[in-house]
Parts: sequence; structure tokens; C-alpha cells
Amino acid sequence: MHLAYPAVLSALLFCTGVYGVLARRNAILVLMSVELMLNAVNLNLVAFDAWLSRAARSALPHDTLHSGQALTLFTIAIAAAEIGIGLAIVLAVYRNRGTADIDRLRDTTERGRTDGDGGDGGSDGSGAGAGSAGPGGTATGEKAEATA
Amino acid sequence: MSHGFLSPTGVEIAFVLVGVVTLGSAIVSVTTRRLVHAALWLVVALGGLAVEYLLLTAEFIAWVQVLIYIGSVVVLLLFGLMLTRAPIGRSPDADSGNRGVALGVAVAAAAALVWVVVDAFRTTWIELDGASAGTTKATGESLFQHWVLPFEALSVLLLAALVGAIVLSRKRAAEGDER
Repeated sequence: MHLAYPAVLSALLFCTGVYGVLARRNAILVLMSVELMLNAVNLNLVAFDAWLSRAARSALPHDTLHSGQALTLFTIAIAAAEIGIGLAIVLAVYRNRGTADIDRLRDTTERGRTDGDGGDGGSDGSGAGAGSAGPGGTATGEKAEATA
Repeated sequence: MSHGFLSPTGVEIAFVLVGVVTLGSAIVSVTTRRLVHAALWLVVALGGLAVEYLLLTAEFIAWVQVLIYIGSVVVLLLFGLMLTRAPIGRSPDADSGNRGVALGVAVAAAAALVWVVVDAFRTTWIELDGASAGTTKATGESLFQHWVLPFEALSVLLLAALVGAIVLSRKRAAEGDER
């Protein structure tokens, strides 16, 4: 098989995932697009592993470790962990905010805080000052829930 | 062995056909406005990729893909859609306002990547006949001979992810009890 077939398919799938990540608004749809990108990388790894391990019979420098397939298994496992953690975070945000729209989660934006309106951050007050996105957002949400 | 673009082998034809189905369902999955349909089209795309792995003689990877992606990841995504009360029908705000920019970036990246890849691997061929390199035996031997340490580290990472997910979703249950 020509190596260009899996490589081109992988590139196109990756760009489909890029479009999904950039254009989607729902956080779960963004996670699905991330899965598409990871799968494109997996296809590349498998194709190049098939190529390099077949080159073992010739005099070319070859790969006896099956790196591609081992790395594909690791990527699949890490993707499973990632989707679990990501969905837990999305569900936590949804329970605290009532929305999973990425466009509305802009508490940590700098422009909104200097303007003073803070987007939808009116209910959580100064809690939006927590800088980091992950734990800061959760703490902000907890404060909002505590004040509610 | 003679290779040529104008005389594709059966494996190549099958690969292209399955690839078209995979790419089409992936595109539908990122563009449809029905959220549940997006997850179901993702099943088609991931299943098509499993068939591509089979065509590339990576049998073990193909079944792992079916088990983990189609079996668990998509079910997790559907549960996530359900728990965030995603609408069943069309949701007009599934796409954000920067669709045009996203489309431009994706098309530019696709053009650049395809051009570079085709130019780089124009004369490269995968020999798919002979003993399969991706059987469960071969994969297991290489995994447990050369990749034992990353494998064990990965188990620790999975455990950490498990604990993290439980902590993330248990916290609010405890707070809900307090209220």
C-alpha cells in the first residue's frame, strides 16, 4: 500500500478535528473533536509502524521495538483517561454554571475584568480573580453556589 | 514488486473506500447541529478507523479501538450529553461565531499537510503481505519486553485519572448533602 493513503487520511481527519475544536460551542462537542484529532495521530502511528517494521526485511534501518503500535496503545489509554477527566470537569462546570457553552465561560478574561462587567461573572463577584482556569474556575463555581 | 498509482491493489481500494466513509462521517460529526447525532456519527468514524487498522494489519489495535473508543468513550460522551441536558433536536447555537475563521484555518492546515505529506512520501510503499506485524502475540511480546516501564507508568496514570474523576464528581454530591 502506498504510504500516502493513510498519511493523507490522517492529515484530513486531523484538520476536521481542528475545525471542530475551533468552531464548536458545546464543550462536549469540542471533546469529541479532540478525540478525532487523537485518532488521526493514532492512524499515523499505525501506518508508520507498518512501514518501518516491514522495512526490517530489507537492508534499511528498521524498527524492532514496534514503537508505533506500542505508542498507539498508550495514546488510546491516555485518551480514555483524558475523556474521563474532561467530562468530569465539563459536568462540574455545568452543575455550577448551568451551561456547557465555552463562549460563556469567560470569567478569567482580562478585558472583561478591566471593563468591570465581567460577562456573566456577576454572581460570583471577586471570586473570578483566581487566576488559573481549572481549579480557579471550580473554586469560583463553589463560591457562586455557596452564595446562591 | 511493481508499484503504481494507476494500478491500485485491492487493499488500497478498500482503504480509500473506508477512508472516504470515515472522513465523511467525521465531517458530518463536526458540522451537524444535532448533538446526539454528532456522537453517533463519531461512532461511524471511529469504526471506520478500526477497519483501517485491520487493513494495515494492526489487528490488536483495531480491537482495542473498538473496545475502548466505540465501547466506552462514545458511551461516556453520550452520558455527558445526557447529563448536560443537550437538546435532542437541532440546536441552533451548536457552532460559535468564528466558524469562518475555523474553516479557513482547517482548510489551510489541510492543504499544507496534504501537500507536504504527499510530497515527502511519494515513493514510499508499505509491504503488507507476509507475516502480520500487529497480531496480539507480536504486540504483546514487544509491549512486555521493551515497553514494560511505560506500561506500568501508564497504569499509575490511569489510576490517577480514575481518582481525579471520582474526586471531581463527588465533591458536589457532598455539598449537595450539606445544603
